[in-house]
Amino acid sequence: MHDHPTLYRGLYRIRRFEETVLNEFSSGVFYGTTHTYIGEEADAVGVLAHLHPGDVVFSNHRCHGHFIAYGGYLRALFAELMGKASGVSGGRGGSQHIHWKDFYSNGILGSTTPAAAGAALAEKLKGTGAVTVCFIGDGTLGEGVLYESLNMAALWGAPVLYVVEDNRIAQTTPIELALAGSIPARFEAFGIPARELDTSDVLEVLPVAGELLDAIRAEPGPRALILHTCRFGPHSKGDDTRPAELVEKMRAERDPVKIHGARLDDATRKAVETEVDAEVATAFAAAKAEPMPEGTP
Amino acid sequence: MPTVLDSLNAGLHRAFAEDERVLLLGEDILDPYGGAFKVPRGLATQYPARVFTSPVSEAGLAGMAGGLALRGLKPVVEIMFGDFLMLTADQLLNSITKFGWMYGGQVDVPLVIRTPMGGRRGYGPTHSQTIEKHFLGVPGLTVLAPAALGNPGALLADAILNDPGPVLFVENKLLYLEPARAASDLPEFELTPHTFPGDYAPAYSLRISGAPPPTVTIAAYGYAAELARKAALLLAYEHEIFVEVLVPTRISFPGNAYFDNLLLPAVQRTGRLLAVEEGTAALGWGAEVLARVAETLGSNLRAAGRVAAEDTPIPASTPMEDAALPQAGDIVREVIRIASR
Repeated sequence: MHDHPTLYRGLYRIRRFEETVLNEFSSGVFYGTTHTYIGEEADAVGVLAHLHPGDVVFSNHRCHGHFIAYGGYLRALFAELMGKASGVSGGRGGSQHIHWKDFYSNGILGSTTPAAAGAALAEKLKGTGAVTVCFIGDGTLGEGVLYESLNMAALWGAPVLYVVEDNRIAQTTPIELALAGSIPARFEAFGIPARELDTSDVLEVLPVAGELLDAIRAEPGPRALILHTCRFGPHSKGDDTRPAELVEKMRAERDPVKIHGARLDDATRKAVETEVDAEVATAFAAAKAEPMPEGTP
Repeated sequence: MPTVLDSLNAGLHRAFAEDERVLLLGEDILDPYGGAFKVPRGLATQYPARVFTSPVSEAGLAGMAGGLALRGLKPVVEIMFGDFLMLTADQLLNSITKFGWMYGGQVDVPLVIRTPMGGRRGYGPTHSQTIEKHFLGVPGLTVLAPAALGNPGALLADAILNDPGPVLFVENKLLYLEPARAASDLPEFELTPHTFPGDYAPAYSLRISGAPPPTVTIAAYGYAAELARKAALLLAYEHEIFVEVLVPTRISFPGNAYFDNLLLPAVQRTGRLLAVEEGTAALGWGAEVLARVAETLGSNLRAAGRVAAEDTPIPASTPMEDAALPQAGDIVREVIRIASR
């Protein structure tokens, strides 16, 4: 199911969901915080297109795109962001802390990296054949527990794919001020094979992610996929300190939705967009209509 | 009579035998060494595929255990010294104890982190501390601490096999070579085990055999319960003050059946309470116990006190370490003070 319209639908669903979140935040329907995935959609869609039933995903604070690409319900995610009892985590987790099926996210950077190694080891010990995918960002490369996790994942052959989404900025700190040395060398130092791509094209992410996941299934052990990508939105809301021209340039040159959308004829693309626009609007309205929880934790 | 060490080792072996989902992760846990304090000795020989001797990576180990538990296994993590528990603190606070609740109650995290705690062996400031108080108020974390009474290994096996988790299991180092005593081993005392509905963690009460009703209630856990037992004898024979020593194995709050069903009714009778712990006093276990008793009893609490460590790091030198840590004599002195009020 990696045909062009399906992939485009995957990218565009995330885009429309996240745009709705940012646009509606000021209306007061959402509160708390959010970290949108706009600009990075090709990563989640390209990697998670290869999941088998039972495969495990660990995600971070910027988890909406991963969750949607995993197959999560838009209504349930909207509801969680609205603090509704019908949300993915019953309103307890909010934007960053969601769990559904074999998908888990947490807002503490780095904390998911040993959990993902442990989950992967568990699946190996149980003999399920499942692989674990753990999304981290360039900011998490500063967390020490990541390197403990890589070491143990390599020692014990944990079938886990670490996906580094390097958007070159951690909140407001550019990567030049936060990262010394090489990203792939960090993995290679532990004997973990790493592949690196600088792209926003889902068709470039897709085959490389597939090769890595196939390799893990054939020979259990950690692998790394380093994706240099672009975050178009703010870190959270209204906290983008980058020059507007830089973001505009990224939007013009590195938009996964535009890049892949260009491969579809107008009628097909419009049909997908119309369908997804309606799906997102329906999910948003349904979540909005659902009741707030009782005032007990 | 088995020692506490024998008992804990047997408890681990029982857990491994009864449930193949049980795993052990930790540093230096392979045989023949068998762990720094030998608690897991023999497991690596009998169950080599289920024992993971690890790099020196406490945070990563705790985090991996969280992932293993989320996916249906039952990991036990040995942290070599309790002092190193702080390296696991983020994983405990922000992942392991959060998963079950923050994911809307959809998952359990059945894992046990066990660790030797405490001083009196000259190991100095970073290998002698009693720091579980920093974990006692973490929502969702059960903290257990065996004493040299009853069956510590059964408590550990129950925690591993039956608790939906997570559990922090604190083993005072000086308990390891103590016998795990039954009533018949303590002829000078009446030792009564207490169990509570819905709680697998027992508690124990100690009174001097044939003595009049106690006038002071002592709450103490772990090795502090041994000190309190010794103090109870001194108080009876040298001062004719009769105390009861109430020993929990569950030390976290809330949800503490020992406190609700044993300690609180006892202090209602005596009106006097001394809490004894090996950690420092400020914001510790004794502080919580006293606060909860005071909230309930009000002016019916006639006198209360705490015996705890000095508010300094633990010195390495023996006379200095002895001065920094609570001793039986401190308990005797405090009980005399409380009994007179």
